[in-house]
Amino acid sequence: MWRALRVLLRKEFLQIRRDTVILRMLFIMPMIQLLVLSNVATFEVKTAQLWVVDQDHTPAARALADRFTASGRFAVAGWSVVAAPGEDALLSGAATAMLVIPPGFARDVVRDRHAVLQLVLNAENGSQAGVTQAYAAEIISRHARELGGETWQPARRGGVVHGAGDAAPVRGRPVIEVRTRSRYNPSLDYRRFMVPGILVQLITLIGTLMTALNIVREKEAGTLDQLNVTPVRPAVFIAAKLLPLWVIGLVEFAVGVLVAAVVFRVPMEGSLPLLFLGAGVFLLAALGVGLWVSTVSDTQQQALFVTFSLMMVYILMSGLFTPVRAMPSWVQVVAQLNPMMHFIAMVRAVLLKGAGIADVWRQLLALALLGTGILALAVAQYRKRAA
Amino acid sequence: MSRRGGAWQALMAFMRKEVRHLLRDRRTLAILLLLPLAQLLLFGFAVRTDITSVRVGVVAPAPDAAAAALRARFEHGGRFLLLPPIATAAALEPLLRAGRVDVGVVLEPAMAASLAAGQAVRVLVVADAVDPNTGTMMQNYASAVLRDWQASLGAAPGAVTLETRVRMRFNPTLESVNLFVPGLIALILTMVTSLMTAISLSREKEQGTFELLLVSPLHPWQIIIGKVLPYLALAMANVVTVLLAAWLVFGVPFRGSVVLLLAASMLFALVGLAVGVLIAAVTSSQLAAMLAALGGMMLPNTMLSGLIFPVASMPRPLQFVTGIVPARWFIEIVRGIMLKGVGVSLLWPQLSVLLLMLVVLLALAIRRTSVRLS
Repeated sequence: MWRALRVLLRKEFLQIRRDTVILRMLFIMPMIQLLVLSNVATFEVKTAQLWVVDQDHTPAARALADRFTASGRFAVAGWSVVAAPGEDALLSGAATAMLVIPPGFARDVVRDRHAVLQLVLNAENGSQAGVTQAYAAEIISRHARELGGETWQPARRGGVVHGAGDAAPVRGRPVIEVRTRSRYNPSLDYRRFMVPGILVQLITLIGTLMTALNIVREKEAGTLDQLNVTPVRPAVFIAAKLLPLWVIGLVEFAVGVLVAAVVFRVPMEGSLPLLFLGAGVFLLAALGVGLWVSTVSDTQQQALFVTFSLMMVYILMSGLFTPVRAMPSWVQVVAQLNPMMHFIAMVRAVLLKGAGIADVWRQLLALALLGTGILALAVAQYRKRAA
Repeated sequence: MSRRGGAWQALMAFMRKEVRHLLRDRRTLAILLLLPLAQLLLFGFAVRTDITSVRVGVVAPAPDAAAAALRARFEHGGRFLLLPPIATAAALEPLLRAGRVDVGVVLEPAMAASLAAGQAVRVLVVADAVDPNTGTMMQNYASAVLRDWQASLGAAPGAVTLETRVRMRFNPTLESVNLFVPGLIALILTMVTSLMTAISLSREKEQGTFELLLVSPLHPWQIIIGKVLPYLALAMANVVTVLLAAWLVFGVPFRGSVVLLLAASMLFALVGLAVGVLIAAVTSSQLAAMLAALGGMMLPNTMLSGLIFPVASMPRPLQFVTGIVPARWFIEIVRGIMLKGVGVSLLWPQLSVLLLMLVVLLALAIRRTSVRLS
């Protein structure tokens, strides 16, 4: 049995080494993806194009508009006296926000100490609109404080609010100075967050797709039937198929981690052996899914389509792009079955937060359970089909 | 019968065969028709960006009335999950690292006394910002609670209030599904057109059946059309079912013209098919065709199109690259029609780009195919 395994293993490694297409797929494509994707995958809210509808024509109105541009968060896309051109700019995409300063704005501020503004946002992308709104709210409230003659005004710099902390409270009013600090990613660099996740996505895709295609290709070519009539036991055959791919997955992961550290300066706070332990266990699940796909597919076309559809579910429910905790609770329960979710959480925690085994043992345990479970199911399914 | 009529008949016969071929493969067909719907449901239900249960830990070295008042504010803040009090800032750290706390609010000792004395009080808001967007959002939520609290403690005389009425245009409820459905249509169309045609054509090449077709009296263009049209029909069927489901299940709005939407989908599907034919022409195996379709079409159409990540947030050079990604233009068109209700008068630039792409790709595909065939 061991001899058979050794012979088969040598055959698999030889085959992989000879196949230049596969080798390219294994190393060049993931690296290009990692390099490009990491720069693409950002939800960062850039400068919003603001259309100002100034119906007041007063220096006060102009001062408010200047506040917006001075913040650096907004750039003026255009001015008008009526709303129609602004609405058009929103429709065509030339502006993402429109500030309407109503007639009598300056008068209201002086006479009533209260004025009403209108802010219209392009909310196609809801979360970006929300962030833009938060920026606008901050600018407007700061402006209001200044109009009220208050001296206390925090200025935001690099995510930290620097307030005149020792300033005396104005006119006996209690002052609460709020400072904010962003932990683990103080520069709010998207790439630090995305690179570890994309890395996991890549080894999942490669591991699952390679396994599925590798076996289905033998099926399509008829060589699988030939193997079935030899005395090689299915377990030996599966082990010979999976072991090389498991090793490749780990090598791939190592190269990815290196790129993450060197190119993207992702901090390596935690233990690398812990990380690779996680990767080894995680790959069991990824390869298991590939094995399962090969049992339900007759052609490479089907295998590819099934893998892709599964990957999509995997990725969307993994927290890679959108936080799992934002999902409805029933989706969160289903997501527990997604090995990718646990591994992404683990990689981010270990690399960025320096989490140790005491912090991530839950993820590790989940990975171990899911990995062995999926692999066992896939092997059972394969045997049933092969028999 | 005229020559032209004969060609038409041969094409029809060939297409009938191809359709039957596609329909016979029940499993692939079921996958192609049902999976897009499953994906839509997933997008609609699972993809959200707004966290509604931010886990807040209040660090109060000396619990007093002010700390209790603040805790009550968080408890009734709607989107917060208040954790048991944390005694020291040092105890907050491991909780943040293990991901059990999202936001820590660190208070000064004896806050109530300081406030009563009219002294300035410092509050530190620490957020887990591994995810910059979520981290900032949670920070903003917590800061808003603190601002409200401060305001409730009494406004200074003579303070000015600027009331802002916010109107969210095109997607007032901020549903992510409204944003994602147009992109999902692009993704499904790419998959069914580029990926499937590239693979099915190169499969025939691999198995040698393509050569058989070539010695038949069919013209190469008839073969290509016959191969491609069933996929076009399938792609359009996908568009219709996904749109119907989006409308029925999620109430995604259709503010513009449905006819224009379908026409644009057809145009985009044709671009995808042209890419598929081109890929099949230049590759020699299914695997190579698959990889080319994935790397050349699927990935750019997913990642560089604005489907998930806004194009405007990408680095400048990459924004230029998105110009050659068909889905980028198509997604702008579909979002424009569905969410904004705009028509051809505003969408003609995007439509012309797609049309131009189609012409260029078709010319290339025809040339490469005929070179190969001669």
